[in-house]
Amino acid sequence: MKIKGQKDFWAGLMFMAFGLFFLIWALLNYQMGSAVRMGPAYFPSVLGGLLAVIGLFVLIDSFVETGSKVARFHFRPLVMILLACLAFAYTLKPLGLVGATALVVFISALGGHEFKFREVATLYVVLVIFSVLVFVKGLTLPFPIWPAFME
Amino acid sequence: MDIFANLALGLGVALTPFNLMMCLIGVLLGTLIGVLPGVGPVATIAMLLPITFNLNPIAALIMLAGIYYGAQYGGSTTAILVNLPGESSSVVTCLDGYQMARQGRAGPALATAALGSFFAGCVATLVVAMFAPPLAEVALKFGPAEYFSLMVLGLVAAVVLAHGSLLKAIAMVILGLLLGLIGTDVNSGVLRFAFGIAEMADGIGFVTVAMGMFGLAEIIANLEHRGAREVFTKKVTHLWPTKEDWKRIWAPVLRGTCLGSALGILPGGGALLSSFAAYTLEKKVSRHSKEFGKGAIEGVAAPEAANNAGAQTSFIPLLTLGIPSNAVMALMIGAMMIQGIAPGPQVMTERPQLFWGMIASMWVGNLMLVVLNLPLIGMWIKLLTVPYRILYPSILVFMSIGVFSLSNNPFDVLMMGLFGLLGYVCVKLECEPAPMILGFILGPLMEENLRRAMLLSRGDPLTFVQKPISAGFIIASVILLVIIALPQLRKKRAEVFVEEA
Repeated sequence: MKIKGQKDFWAGLMFMAFGLFFLIWALLNYQMGSAVRMGPAYFPSVLGGLLAVIGLFVLIDSFVETGSKVARFHFRPLVMILLACLAFAYTLKPLGLVGATALVVFISALGGHEFKFREVATLYVVLVIFSVLVFVKGLTLPFPIWPAFME
Repeated sequence: MDIFANLALGLGVALTPFNLMMCLIGVLLGTLIGVLPGVGPVATIAMLLPITFNLNPIAALIMLAGIYYGAQYGGSTTAILVNLPGESSSVVTCLDGYQMARQGRAGPALATAALGSFFAGCVATLVVAMFAPPLAEVALKFGPAEYFSLMVLGLVAAVVLAHGSLLKAIAMVILGLLLGLIGTDVNSGVLRFAFGIAEMADGIGFVTVAMGMFGLAEIIANLEHRGAREVFTKKVTHLWPTKEDWKRIWAPVLRGTCLGSALGILPGGGALLSSFAAYTLEKKVSRHSKEFGKGAIEGVAAPEAANNAGAQTSFIPLLTLGIPSNAVMALMIGAMMIQGIAPGPQVMTERPQLFWGMIASMWVGNLMLVVLNLPLIGMWIKLLTVPYRILYPSILVFMSIGVFSLSNNPFDVLMMGLFGLLGYVCVKLECEPAPMILGFILGPLMEENLRRAMLLSRGDPLTFVQKPISAGFIIASVILLVIIALPQLRKKRAEVFVEEA
């Protein structure tokens, strides 16, 4: 058997994985109940089963119908963008808005095609001033501005 | 007339200086972000949603509605000038709008889009005011079975409108429903799929999901290819359409408005379907049909009027039934819930000020768009020339701040990252995120109504086809599914979406 539609093949597998996971997890951990009094497992296990079946159809389809190949994953933007968000979230309290914003801007800029230090630095300064004025002063979000060790 | 008394009440609310200010800010911010290529209304609303948390419910909804129109309008500007649809509903505007810009007629194209939208907005506001109350009255008689079937219809419609594979769209809807169930089960109090994580007790915030699936995934996908964009900046000299243009656009605008208003009400309808239908119709009836695709002004006027009308009338199912008909409305529902308003027919009777204030503000918002945007067009064009490498770090900063502020907890940002990853995978595998978002919002509602309906019918699933209204919805869903599963139509549908892509 040859895989003809690569996208469908992986999509089918993904749906099946999600479906089976919800189905099995619900069956193992929660009560099923009856059609009249549905327990917490009822709806999710039905949906999970349905998703797994549809995933199977998509998978079968990938052997029958020719589809396009999965385009290459670009790992640099993916990793950098996700890393930038996480860096912001987990450093906001210790490093304040000034520190956390620096991390988002510089890390995410590294995910792009070109990195010009002066341009990114200028962008960072503008963004920090704007964020402090709008979000902390204007909308009074409870964010620290400066890093904790400088307070 | 009741309508006028109600609209007067609404205008009274919408025209207070504070609300007017909020509407203005919403429209401006919406346009500002909507103009940025690759940022559609869903991402825009998701991004700006946290700003509205501190406002009172009326002001918050007025502002959000303003953001929506603004983003929509901004999307057409990008479509015309850069040939990049900011959102799916301005895809058809690209076809002729961009060609007009290439011929040096960007000004009239932009003006046509703005004026057509404004006209459609005025009409659609009246339509909403006329049709919402009677519909709400019908909706008050809805039991759980009717609600469940209506949601099924809405989801089926979302599937029909999704690009590409039908099966994958259905799978995405179900995945959304399942993800929506995460958190505490209202009936039994059992914590489901929380894996012992305290933050998951209330479920995953839909803003988090929307920002990840739309915002983050879009940024990552955009960074893949180096953007060489051709922007027609200097050629926008004269804005006003010529006499000849006026003659050519009034009828398409009128037709687009009618079509858009009607299609917007349907579940799953809204701006996207309306603009497509209007373009197709115009191409059929126009005397200049040969010019379509080569810069026909009708090809800008009709879909722009239609998508604005559709965008507005899609508020009808939201305001009367509490059911979102598309991803943007799903976000609006989320916003209402955050403000402590349970969307549904009772909103109109219990909070008339909110209801009519919002409707009146739609009209006010549209007026502001025309008054502001035609003179401000130069500024929006400048924004278009800002390179993406400056834009995306800024967008990321605002998204991170917004999501973090939801509950002042890094966990939400982590979830946004995970959904960003899922969104990127979905882009690669050609699975549409929009049906998933709809499912995500409807998941808990559907389960709740299914349970109640089954309890009332003593476990007899036939209840859904025995009640006439509910049976109507189910039959409509089945017909829709059968129709698109038919081989000929499947081909045609594929063609439509190819043209779009």
